This record gives sequence, C-alpha cells and structure tokens, in this order.
Amino acid sequence: MSTELRTPRLSGSARRLLVHGGFTAIAILYVGVLVVAPLIGIAWAALRGGLSTWTATLSQPDVVHAYVLTGIITAITVVVSSVLGVVVALVVARDRFPGRSLMSAFVDLPLAVSPVIVGVMAVLLFGRGGWFEPWFSARGIQILFALPSMVLVTMFICIPFVIREVVPVLQELGVSEEEAASTLGASSWQTFLRVTLKNIRWGLLYGIALTTARAIGEIGAVLIVSGSITGKTETATLYILRAFDQNHRPGLDRPARGYRGVQAAGGEEAADMTCGGIR
Amino acid sequence: MSTPIRVEGLSKRFGEFEAVKGVTFTAEAGSITALLGPSGSGKSTVLRVIAGLDAPTSGRIWMGDEEQTFKTVQERRVGFVFQHYSLFRHMNVAQNIAFGLSVRKVPKHDQRKRVDELLELVQLSGFRDRYPDQLSGGQRQRVALARALAPRPKVLLLDEPFGALDARVRQDLRRWLDDLHRELGVTSLLVTHDQDEALELANRVVVMHEGSIEQVGSPNEIYNDPATAFVAGFVGSASVLHGHVVEGHVQFGEHRVGGAGHLEEGTEARAFVRPHDVRVFAGDRTGGSLEATVERITTLGWLSRVMLRLPDGQVLTAELPNDELEGVELGARVWVDLRRARAFQARDAVTAAIVADG
Repeated sequence: MSTELRTPRLSGSARRLLVHGGFTAIAILYVGVLVVAPLIGIAWAALRGGLSTWTATLSQPDVVHAYVLTGIITAITVVVSSVLGVVVALVVARDRFPGRSLMSAFVDLPLAVSPVIVGVMAVLLFGRGGWFEPWFSARGIQILFALPSMVLVTMFICIPFVIREVVPVLQELGVSEEEAASTLGASSWQTFLRVTLKNIRWGLLYGIALTTARAIGEIGAVLIVSGSITGKTETATLYILRAFDQNHRPGLDRPARGYRGVQAAGGEEAADMTCGGIR
Repeated sequence: MSTPIRVEGLSKRFGEFEAVKGVTFTAEAGSITALLGPSGSGKSTVLRVIAGLDAPTSGRIWMGDEEQTFKTVQERRVGFVFQHYSLFRHMNVAQNIAFGLSVRKVPKHDQRKRVDELLELVQLSGFRDRYPDQLSGGQRQRVALARALAPRPKVLLLDEPFGALDARVRQDLRRWLDDLHRELGVTSLLVTHDQDEALELANRVVVMHEGSIEQVGSPNEIYNDPATAFVAGFVGSASVLHGHVVEGHVQFGEHRVGGAGHLEEGTEARAFVRPHDVRVFAGDRTGGSLEATVERITTLGWLSRVMLRLPDGQVLTAELPNDELEGVELGARVWVDLRRARAFQARDAVTAAIVADG
C-alpha cells in the first residue's frame, strides 16, 4: 500500500499546465490550419507570377466591372441593412406587441434558407408570370438579370447580421440611460444619436463587417437572379468562379452549364431557362 | 428655485394590476418629502409619473401653478436620480454633467463653468475625465446628482438613490445630501423603502402601501403617532400583542395595556409596542408589572435586544442599554412595564403584523 502511494505522479500544477498548454496548442493549430494557411496560400498564388500579372488581371475591363458591381451591391446592402437593421432591432428589443417573437424568428429565416432557394424565390416573384412582374415590366423597369434583383437577394440574405448583433446589446443596455437623457431634456432623436447609437456602436460595426463580408462573398442567389452576364451582371465572386472553372476544370462543364447557358442567352429567355431548369 | 409639487387623485394601471390607486399629496416648496413604503407599494411609479416617464391612468400633476399632466418629460424640467445611477457609460464625468446643458444648446463656455461649479459641489473636481466604470458607487451617485442638477431643475426626484450602496457609504451620502439640500433648497421628492433614510432626511413623510397612502406627516408623527396598523408595523420595529378591548385597554391574559380608547369594547385588537417602550426589571417594583421569562439576549453594541415570553405565550421584544441588564439573564424571571402602546382593530393589523415580523 505504502509503496503504491509513493509512486511518482504528476503534481496538480503540472497537470494544469499540461491541460492548459494542450488547449492552447489545439486553438493555435485549429485557427492556423483553417484560417491562416489558406490565406497565405491564396496570397502566394496570386503573386506567384509577379506583381505585373496581378495588376494586369486587375485592370481587365471585365474584372474592373465585376469589382465595381460588387462594390455597388455591397454599399447599398450595407447602408440599407444597417439603417433598417437598427430600426428592426429597436422594435424587437424594446416594443411589446403580439407577433413580436414571430417577427424575431422571421429575422433569422435567411440564415436557414439556402441562397439558391432565395434566388429562386426572387425569380418566381419577378420572373415571367411572377406576382410583381407585370407592374415592373409595364413601367419598363428591369429587375431580373439586372442590379435591382442582385441587390434585393443580397439584402435579403444579409438581414440577420446587424439585427442579431444589435438586439442583445440593446437588451443588455436597458432603457435607463435613455430615460436619464429624456429627463435631462434630450429629444428622442438626440437621445438616439448621443446615447443609444453610441452604446450599440461596436455591435453595429460587427454586424456591418459581417454584412459586408457576406455581401461580397454571396454567390448562389446572385448567380440565379443575375445570369452572370460578363461585363453586365457578373460580380467579382462570380467572375472568380468562372475564371476558376475555365482554368481548372475544362472537361467538367456539367455543373457550369446552367449559368453559362444563361450567360449566352441573356435577357428574358434566360429567365425561362432558369425557371424551367429549376422546376 | 422652489416649486411645490401637487399630485391629485393619481392612479396608474399596468394591465390588470393597479399599481397606484388615487394618490393625493403635496411636496412643499423647498422641502424634502419622502415616499416611504415596501417594494411594490407603488412609490416608484408615482415618482416616474411625476417625472413624465410613465403616463398616469388618471389624476393630475402640478408644479407650482403649472399643470404638468400632459407635458412631455423634456418639458417638465425635473432632475431625476436613478437607483442604478444610469450614467452615460461612454461619456466621462464632465460630459455626463454637461449633457443636460448641451442638449439645450447652452454655449460651451457656460457649460464648462456650470460643470466646474457642480464638480466642486459634489466634491469630485479631480474626477472630470474619469469614466463611470472608474468610479465607486458613491462617486457615481454624486455624478448622477450633479448631472440632474446641472440644468437647474424645478424639482429634484430621487428614486432609491442610495439603494445600491453599502451601509457606510449610504450613511455618508445621506448626511451629505442633507447638507446639499440645505444649500440649494430645491424641492425634493425622495422614494425609499428605508425608514431611517426617510425619517432622517425628510421634512414630511408619505407612507404608501399597496398603491394607497396610509399616512402623511412629519417624521415624528409617523413614528410616534402612526395612523394605521400598517404604519405602526412598517415604521420602526414593534412587538404585536393580541388581545381584546376592555375599558379602553387591550387585555391579554391577566394583563392589559392602554391606548385602545378609540376601539369598540370587546372587539379583538392588536397592541403595537416599540422595543424602547418596554422596561425590564429584575423585581416587581410597581406592583402592576407583567411577569415574563427571558428567552434570548442579543447585543446591538451599546444596546441589548431581549426577547421575552409572556405568561400567555406571546413574545415581546425589548431594547435596553447594557448597563440596565442587571439581573436580566437567559431564563430569568423578570417584570415588564409597557410605557406606551398603540392599539388597532385586529383585522387592520393583520398585514401590518406580517410587515413587522418580516
């Protein structure tokens, strides 16, 4: 018995150190392999051919157009979803009305719906035979295969980000600072600008960062509503998809046929094709 | 700077719940009036309605000659101090204090002058660049007070201002607020559940219970001459003795205490006896004293609290200076004189007894 007790064992502090070190190693490895390594890889690949290859690619008219288009879509999406996101967040966090929790659940819906389905929904609403199609075509406004639908689906997909970041901050803040501001004579607008907005600014900024990233990276929904017409409705991400496809999978054209077909046909015919293809 | 506050027939409902039921009182110009009551008595709701943070269901509010009932919170120009400070966390002390001036577009130069004035008043001149999370609770509440006073409010409304502070800081701030009020003379309405705070600070005390006013009076009247059983039980501590009204006395067992002249002969009654109104002797000096047994002695510093069991089984609490404890020891038989008691009808006293015990 006594010899057993005397067998050397790791002391408590040594074991804690080991566990602690282990977790740290796992964390570094996880983030390093999954995030940092691909980043370095893509930067290296882009600059492998020298800076001139890089600048030459970036100055092609189609590429410039694609980046500008992505910039426009992202800018509109960020502005609209920040402003309306804060409004919705205030309503969800502060107001008590029947259907509030239902609305709160609906806010998350875009996260649960596949972007491809989002694109299809837009096509069904604005495409030939869709509910809104007669109204817009009577006024000569092009929605599908044009900027409006691309912005619309991107906005839809980005709805949750600002709201989900801002609501918990608002709930934790409560209304006491706003009440204090109003007793000190501040109008609702002054209170919002000088107290509420200041207090939610970090949550809002994080929501904007997520929205921006998603708006730039969105592909499925935008692909379906835009038709990815080079030089017209091809965003940066769609351009990269096409370029990658041409360079790396020349024999494998089946999955790409959908949007290439759309691209070739363009316009209204493409709408039928897309819808038909999906149905 | 002194404006009286007048509240008439004020009621407030939250759905089915009637938080305030037709409350009427006046806070005299330049005085401190305390709204005293247990939590849930509606006192904070009254304060919020006066400030304009909540709308009344019915009733009217006046400040001086001006009716406020339909004015917005911004128009009422009240200074409001919240229990949890509610300082703007992203602004430093000076910016917090200046807020009420800058939203009213007071020139920058005047803002700065007023902020300096107030920092001196609340003794925080060295703290102007600190942020709220770098201050202690007592300092935060002083900043909150300075912020409320900066726009020169007509009245000052304080909602449990010391409720979140520890006992020592609370004592200090209470004394400090008293001095400050003497200096400024602004009409103040103080909501508190702490009877010591109300009795020490206020010129007049309004005791509230379940949304209604139980009594309005000076601290002395409230303590020495409680109008209802609730006030007798809530303000100060008291032992409650159960008995019947016999010849203007409350009779229990073989003994009786006075103070029931206003009650109907033969009805059930409760006598409220303050611990300091109980005298305890080792021998029967007067001949008419109550006999009792000492059940427990607890020291309160220079006082001792003695729990006594009366012959009929009821419990009586006495507080005596330590030097009068001679012969009063655990298990000893002693004689008790009740100097003063207040009697109430039994049915009125039920809720009061619950409060007194709790």
